[in-house]
Amino acid sequence: MLDLQVIPHPPNIPESEENSPKMFFEIGERITTMYSEKVMDHFTNPRNVGELADANGIGEIGNAKCGDIMKMYVKIEDNTIIDIKFKTFGCGAAIATSSMATELIKGKKIEDALKLTNKAVMEALNGLPPQKIHCSVLAEQAVKLAISNYYKGQGVDPEPIVGKIVHCECED
Amino acid sequence: MNDLKDLIYFDNAATTKVSESVLDAMLPYLGQIYFNPSSIYSASKHAKGAIEKARAQVAKAIGAESDEIYFTSCATESNNWAFTIAQGQNKQPAKPTHFITTQIEHPAVLNTAKQKEKEGSQVTYLSVNEEGLISPDDLKKSIQENTALVSVIYANNETGVIQPIDELANICKERGILFHTDAVQVIGTLPVDVKRQNISILSLSGHKFHAPKGVGILYVKKGIPITNFLFGGGQERGRRAGTENVANIVAIGQAVEEAIECMEAKNEHIKKLRKLLFDRITQIPKVKFNGSMDHNLPNIMNFSFEGIEGEGILLHLSMQGICCSSGSACTSGSLDPSHVLIAMGLDHALAQGSLRISLSKYNTEQEVIRFLEILKPTIEKLRAMSPIWKP
Repeated sequence: MLDLQVIPHPPNIPESEENSPKMFFEIGERITTMYSEKVMDHFTNPRNVGELADANGIGEIGNAKCGDIMKMYVKIEDNTIIDIKFKTFGCGAAIATSSMATELIKGKKIEDALKLTNKAVMEALNGLPPQKIHCSVLAEQAVKLAISNYYKGQGVDPEPIVGKIVHCECED
Repeated sequence: MNDLKDLIYFDNAATTKVSESVLDAMLPYLGQIYFNPSSIYSASKHAKGAIEKARAQVAKAIGAESDEIYFTSCATESNNWAFTIAQGQNKQPAKPTHFITTQIEHPAVLNTAKQKEKEGSQVTYLSVNEEGLISPDDLKKSIQENTALVSVIYANNETGVIQPIDELANICKERGILFHTDAVQVIGTLPVDVKRQNISILSLSGHKFHAPKGVGILYVKKGIPITNFLFGGGQERGRRAGTENVANIVAIGQAVEEAIECMEAKNEHIKKLRKLLFDRITQIPKVKFNGSMDHNLPNIMNFSFEGIEGEGILLHLSMQGICCSSGSACTSGSLDPSHVLIAMGLDHALAQGSLRISLSKYNTEQEVIRFLEILKPTIEKLRAMSPIWKP
């Protein structure tokens, strides 16, 4: 999964003529710059970004204190997420996980969308650095919150279907 | 970005490029003149002499005497040592030592103070106003009978806000208390004269003014009894053990001399770049300048952009070859945004959206123009996808 987790710190530098600035750059990047190409792709070209005027479920989660706020808009018809958009305040990982989460559940049945886990989001992004895992948790929870909000609008208690929403640990 | 050639480096408060003349001056001491300065044979005298020349260069740059200058490994060591020296002044060890510092210190002082607290000392952390300035009156009120040291950062590393050092040092002189300042950001930008300014102890770091990383300075006014921080051999007149880092010491001597020599020309150049940056960045809607209009280093600028988070800005800039810093939690490696910006009264969202631009003599107007061309659409793009952005 995480490419990063298999790199010991400090990394083993192979003894070869490959000890070039380029190789050190690559090792340094894997340890510190932390983001996979997939994360950078979703960060620079986020999918489904924006608002949905005709959303029938909206969920906002996170807190400026820890630096991440995600807002998900879903349009649900016939138990299917026919459209989804997001807006995110936060770091590269927060934007990329929001984007990936929307992509993974767009067009899915609610029951399938609810199976979305933060792990699935991370895997789809080819991994996240450990300190950014909470962003993937936020993305999962933002989706669930938006679906809960949809059920509430339908007069249905969402908790038996969606489960409890886990809020960010730094939220008051 | 792997290609270093076209990099725009606006992170000079983090570290600076080693200047070519500094590199030229230090290289012989990594090569031909590798001798241990403490050895008895004559070859080692070349190294010993080079250290003493560097000591004189540093002393001259800050208005000190050579025998008041100690070479350290970095300013963090210097700051730690300053607290150790102050603690050594406590003649009644049964009574806890009291330190006064500020809420906006660099972690090198802040975490040293916190450690002293854990070890039983008392610490007062002075607050700052919205411009990031501490009040000399607050200092007066905080002084206690057992106060051993007042430690105030000369100019803040995140904002460049300059504290009223002369006034603070005078208060300490009148009360017979040691005054220490972490002057890491100011050398080569502001003139420093430790005697005239009544500074008792001062910390410097070479890599902030075009010397390499790994060498710092502690100035300690003559007559102040020195408690050692590192124990071992008799280097630095028995006060700071460890074989001298000769090449780096030579480098810091050369670098400090150059920094003072070109200070005026550098400031003039940087003030032009600053004006351009300031005028154009403040045209972006809902941007806040984090600093003091009248008391700021010209080479450090800090802005907060409403509605967005700093790491996103830095990543976009980095992809286009621009190096800057931010006070956002993500970039600090903790869950909290900059303690400096929070102390200045910024809310968390604004502190998360901060960007620090820090310039050196090597930066050019073309770089500033290219940076501005890239910054504006970056801010717009991130704001367009932010749920808390309100145009």
